[in-house]
Amino acid sequence: MKRRLVLKQMTAASVLALSGWMPLAYSAQDTIKVGILHSLSGTMAISETSLKDVALMTIDEINASGGVNGKMLEAVVVDPASDWPMFAERARHLLAQEKVAVVFGCWTSVSRKSVLPVFKELNGLLFYPVQYEGEELERNVFYTGAAPNQQAIPAVEYLLSEDGGAAKRFVLLGTDYVYPRTTNKILRAFLNSKGIPDTDIDEVYTPFGHSDYQTIVANIKRFSAGGRTAVVSTINGDSNVPFYKELGNAGLSATDVPVVAFSVGEEELRGVDAKPLVGHLAAWNYFQSIKNPVNAAFIEKWKAYAKAKNLPNAATVVTNDPMEATYVGMHMWKQAVEQAKTTDVDKVIEAMGGQTFAAPDGFTIQMDATNHHLHKPVYIGEIQADGQFNVVWKTDGPVRAQPWSPYIAGNESKQGL
Amino acid sequence: MPTSAHSPLFLLYVPFRAFIFALVVMWMTPGAAQAAPAEPLDPAIIARLADSRTEAKLAAIAALGQSANPLASQTLEALLAGVLNVVAPDTVLIDTGAGRGLNVASHTEQIMPPEAQPIMVNNRLRRAIQSALAGSRLFSESVATRLAAARGLQNSTDLEHLPLLEKALKNEAQADVRRALEVAEANLALQSPDADVRRDAAVRLGQTRSAAFRSTLVRIAEPRPDGTYAETDESVRAAAASAVRMIENHQQIVALTGHLYFGLSLGSVLLLAALGLAITFGLMGVINMAHGELLMIGAYTTWLTQTLFRQWFPEWMNWYVVAALPAAFLITACVGMVLERTVIRWLYGRPLETLLATWGISLILMQTVRTLFGAQNVEVSNPVWMSGGFTVLGGLVLTYNRLIIIVFSLFVVALVWVLLNRTRLGLFIRAITQNRRMADCVGVPTGRVDMLAFGLGSGIAGLAGVALSQLGNVGPDLGRAYIVDSFMVVVLGGVGQLAGTVIAAFGLGTINKFIEPYSGAVLAKIMILVLIVLVVQRRPQGLFAPRGRSVE
Repeated sequence: MKRRLVLKQMTAASVLALSGWMPLAYSAQDTIKVGILHSLSGTMAISETSLKDVALMTIDEINASGGVNGKMLEAVVVDPASDWPMFAERARHLLAQEKVAVVFGCWTSVSRKSVLPVFKELNGLLFYPVQYEGEELERNVFYTGAAPNQQAIPAVEYLLSEDGGAAKRFVLLGTDYVYPRTTNKILRAFLNSKGIPDTDIDEVYTPFGHSDYQTIVANIKRFSAGGRTAVVSTINGDSNVPFYKELGNAGLSATDVPVVAFSVGEEELRGVDAKPLVGHLAAWNYFQSIKNPVNAAFIEKWKAYAKAKNLPNAATVVTNDPMEATYVGMHMWKQAVEQAKTTDVDKVIEAMGGQTFAAPDGFTIQMDATNHHLHKPVYIGEIQADGQFNVVWKTDGPVRAQPWSPYIAGNESKQGL
Repeated sequence: MPTSAHSPLFLLYVPFRAFIFALVVMWMTPGAAQAAPAEPLDPAIIARLADSRTEAKLAAIAALGQSANPLASQTLEALLAGVLNVVAPDTVLIDTGAGRGLNVASHTEQIMPPEAQPIMVNNRLRRAIQSALAGSRLFSESVATRLAAARGLQNSTDLEHLPLLEKALKNEAQADVRRALEVAEANLALQSPDADVRRDAAVRLGQTRSAAFRSTLVRIAEPRPDGTYAETDESVRAAAASAVRMIENHQQIVALTGHLYFGLSLGSVLLLAALGLAITFGLMGVINMAHGELLMIGAYTTWLTQTLFRQWFPEWMNWYVVAALPAAFLITACVGMVLERTVIRWLYGRPLETLLATWGISLILMQTVRTLFGAQNVEVSNPVWMSGGFTVLGGLVLTYNRLIIIVFSLFVVALVWVLLNRTRLGLFIRAITQNRRMADCVGVPTGRVDMLAFGLGSGIAGLAGVALSQLGNVGPDLGRAYIVDSFMVVVLGGVGQLAGTVIAAFGLGTINKFIEPYSGAVLAKIMILVLIVLVVQRRPQGLFAPRGRSVE
């Protein structure tokens, strides 16, 4: 029966797609394999797809300039499909079967936590490019995103300042998982230390994928009647759209109640009509709108790459903080490999400490000698009508990361590895 | 060209959020004619405006706010709208569109040079501008502008505003603007040295029943931590206390009405998401896991329609949603019918295989969309008539998009009801639902009716997709967020019952919204699931099951 045949083929194709079993590896002599572990399907694809593309672009760039130690880099792309156990499975595949020298990957903290045991067991090397809650320091991981003191704390300090609106009351609003919970725990302790009592802090959580913010916005409105209020949002990725839409329609503007978000960047705003959001804030270590020659070249390269590879919506591609962190991380890894003259994980880890790189964020930034985190500048940007950010505040220079926040009890003793 | 603060051209620059408001203003403004002739601005002020420091800009804004020159308020409005450009420290231009700018130093129009940079404002500057503009806005020709300015001053504690308010009250004829001004005046009168004035002000603030004044009044009525009172006069304290009680009672009513409205709104979203499924799953018995993806296709059709309109009919942009409705219905109905003919038809009566096959289809559809349009969400903007909201009961904001969606969901229910109960196709569908073989025997073309019914269910899902695109994200994963909720509603309502679906959707929405304020959104969701488990255990057939022996 012909129809049965079609059905069978369709099933086979979907099973293949499902297993995420489509590595782009071709066998070639004398290359260094680089694993890319980002979700290309499922809920996290919205954020992670562009990280895969920027990693491939960086590999092309490094190869075009002669590769690493005379060898070309070869990307091995796998799709863990936004499924946390699958992340561990794919990581094992990359390290054990593909024998990759290094892996660039993960976005959510839970995916990172699920691959950690694999990297420790097989002594792999992971570059993690996203801002996170801290409270972790692994020998096998380099964190190129921000720790809480490089994003959350400066942002709240800004809200407390005269320019930021001198907020007296805070709504800590987040999606219910480890990153918002831990960040809010740190922020609550920080706010208490600044003399804001618990009665003036309202902590609210929503489930993943929450899309009905009516009650929450009505509550924010009521809460803000009691004094100058600011909202600190750790809402995950795309739940932000319904939240901001509700906020705009309910008539709460940025001059009444400013919202500072830690997970909203240029990429997320591509899917939003940004006009009602003008004046709301985001805190990152990089914005596309930062003006310097390195960043201009980076944006130019990315746009050209998107066009050449015919990525979806290539005309409107943007750069964002985790993309920059991926780019910087890969270049630093290249430098470390060249310094160590080998891709051996232990030697590369040793060579990583103290590496410097002229990053698109406007500074020559440095990998800390001991704590596996980058020293990063902090920027606070206001959302503009075109979905870009206008920087309203920045640190004087790069800030050293504190993965173990001093605002969580018991962290004093945990500092180094 | 005569430029005045109220020329319609200028009003195009009012920020988007105030767009409707701007339309009203444009309609009400005669057009030209301005009393005082505009003069060039003081160069010292211009230099401060062009300065990069916030403090310098604040000084310039304060100076401009005090000036009676109409060009000063025009400059402030332009600064607020982000169309004030700096070319050199002594040259500041208001962008008037078409590559031209109005030089505020010489009050002449000139060509906008390419090096012009818009002056950036932050929230602190925005607040300062709004406060500085309050003066000129209070005497605007437009009622809406005056009302907004008066409302904006209601929380002001700046005594400098008092003479301004008194002057405005003297000139004001409109009743609602007068009321708003009186409230603003009462708030300032709380600082009066005269106890009678203060008592009277407290009473008046209580009568507004607005939560905005509660904290001020509480500070008057209640003792400070050290036991002393900020307010020395006991009668004022008593008046404030009774005002607080009045506000609190009223706010409780507002909150309850709010829960009810939010619940109806959530219910309407659930209803829209579930209605298509009520036909394909409820009436036809197909466990359609790809239902969510049909919603998603409807939402993507909205986005495509918006893109088309932007390209070809920008003047009709406001009505693209209306055009998207038939388009989404047709496209999803076609997708549904193709699915039915190619896959589902062969699996009738085998629920497990149907479930797996449709789940596979849902993955294929999602990945197809991802390949075609990218993994990122796409931008669907609300048309002007669906943005914003209006306030009822002095505290509850009803947003237009949700209000329209409640009405739309009822419209779709009515449409489905008419189709099922008043048309020949509906008769056939019901006949097949009750007894497929008997219907076949009496000559109902079951195959064709199955296809059409599935197409109808899918088309309804497409309509829902259009509505959902106005509330949240449009991305390949859109369907995932709604599939569980849709099945929940249909199963709870009772398979095969349209009325059951409607009642279950509104019931779940309302219960959820009444629980949420007390337990938080996470726990509310869990409690709803537990509730459904309990109900379905007691009544496996759902709340409203079809009666009779016809059901297999």
